[in-house]
Amino acid sequence: MEYQISSKAKRTIIATVVLGLILFIVGAILDSDSEQFQTRLLSNFLIDGFFFFAIALGALFFLALQYATETGWYVAIKRVIEGVASWVVVGIGILLVLFLALTFMDGGYVTNAHGHHVGHIYQWMDPQIVEHDAMIAGKAPFLTKPFFWVVTVLYFTVYFLFYRGFRKRSLQEDIEGGTKIHYKNYVKGALFLVLFGYFSSTSSWHWIMSIDAHWFSTLFGWYTFGGMWCTSMTVIMLLIIYLKRNGYLEQVNDSHIHDVGKWIFATSFLWSYLFFSQYMLYWYADIPEEVIYYVQRIDQYPVIYWGMFIINFTIPMLILMSREAKRNPGILMFVCFIIIIGHWGDVYMLITPGSMGEHGSIGLIEVGLFMTFAGVFTYYILNTLTKAPLMPKNHPYLDESKHHEI
Amino acid sequence: MSDRVIYATYDDDHTLLEGAKKLVADGVHITDVFSPFPIHGIDPVIGVKHTRMGIVAMMFAVTGLMLAVIGFQYFMIADWPMNIGGKPSFTLLQNFPSFVPIAFEFTVLFAAHGMALVYFLRNKTLPGMPADNPYPRNTDDRFTMEIRLSDNHDMSSEDLHAKIKQTGIVEIEEKDYVVIK
Repeated sequence: MEYQISSKAKRTIIATVVLGLILFIVGAILDSDSEQFQTRLLSNFLIDGFFFFAIALGALFFLALQYATETGWYVAIKRVIEGVASWVVVGIGILLVLFLALTFMDGGYVTNAHGHHVGHIYQWMDPQIVEHDAMIAGKAPFLTKPFFWVVTVLYFTVYFLFYRGFRKRSLQEDIEGGTKIHYKNYVKGALFLVLFGYFSSTSSWHWIMSIDAHWFSTLFGWYTFGGMWCTSMTVIMLLIIYLKRNGYLEQVNDSHIHDVGKWIFATSFLWSYLFFSQYMLYWYADIPEEVIYYVQRIDQYPVIYWGMFIINFTIPMLILMSREAKRNPGILMFVCFIIIIGHWGDVYMLITPGSMGEHGSIGLIEVGLFMTFAGVFTYYILNTLTKAPLMPKNHPYLDESKHHEI
Repeated sequence: MSDRVIYATYDDDHTLLEGAKKLVADGVHITDVFSPFPIHGIDPVIGVKHTRMGIVAMMFAVTGLMLAVIGFQYFMIADWPMNIGGKPSFTLLQNFPSFVPIAFEFTVLFAAHGMALVYFLRNKTLPGMPADNPYPRNTDDRFTMEIRLSDNHDMSSEDLHAKIKQTGIVEIEEKDYVVIK
């Protein structure tokens, strides 16, 4: 049976988007007098644009991982993964518009009436700043507008082409069958993993780490990647549970859900491990220009910073440790929603302290824009799911996946 | 009266699994299965309960973590505070980030070794303990079902033999049940 978006789902999504927009506009009007208003808006679009793009990119990576490893069990949930990955297209569009705007604004460096710095996104884009800043000037080949754009367009092109290719071949396989497409996916999946291995690191340096242009971390790419992967798995899980509750995906059994649950558990640990690895190295070395990144976050945002760490580490660890919890849709849904909020907090912590200094806060603007993005994101994904049968037809491992049992 | 036991031997794990399903459906109680490797899906068929090894692992892990923390507090804070890279050594909490890797290692060490020991003890397979597989080839390429007559009161030995012989065995033997260990 083909999937159709139910009218209830449509109403809920529209209500979320409308409520989000109202909150966002009210928040924007209330905040429009403050000095940080422009930076706050830009930061929020970067947070949500990147957060949801990263979810889709994580799903695309996960799909490529399954192709490259010739996995069997995931076939029953393949269309869900593809659905989540489909947002890559829109996510690229949103980020392109944002990056274009930032380029024309010279990185969004803002000063107040007294000439004091109040906020920025990419201060290295501003020639006047670079002129008086030897450290940023020293990073010139990497942190320059032309290089930023060459590689950003390269990342987006590769992501878009691979998504389109995977999707096209997946639908083609439904009609043609055979193993030719399977082996082609195997090669392309492996190729994507190699490219993604480099791009996920370097893109996070350009798009996010360069907000704190004086600071650097070689673990940074892995850290953002860990968070991205974990969030993707939770979104995939939520979609599976939602579809199953509405009578779709009847071939997906407890073992598939258990396996996705294990991925959530494992990637939560991956993220926590990288969080602590990065934190402890800087804490131990205690070099002023390095440790300032943490001093600032812990001093100015103690609740969000430690809160999101506790949410993203302890809650999945304690709740999802037992086998039964990973097979219980109710518990999984609760944990998934919590993790999504926690990882949004993580992305918030990556961006806001760097761009807004001590003036960042989570208010109507943040909540409203998140709800708007979440609503549109959900609708787009559900819409992708309606366009193809939820169960792939001729995948070589389809039978194995139907009888998946652990 | 001594207990009698039937050993039915197969040369393929899948044949044994199918045979076990058929026998259980016929009301035969299978006491145990001996195999050179774990047979996927056999546990629920012959009624083996889900392992409690996870609880054991948790208990050992918490023991390891607690010992590690007690150790840090005594060695590194109370008894002989050391200045390592200028890190604060006044209280456990202040110095905790540097202890996290060791705390993790202790937790994993205890959980892993504890689980391995408990596993060997519970299965009575510590090095030097006598083997209890009925056929030496159970460690190579033969799969054996153990069916005790005392577990199947409602069936005679002949009934059981007749039922087992329908399941693709390569060998069947009935003898007195001897407790090896």
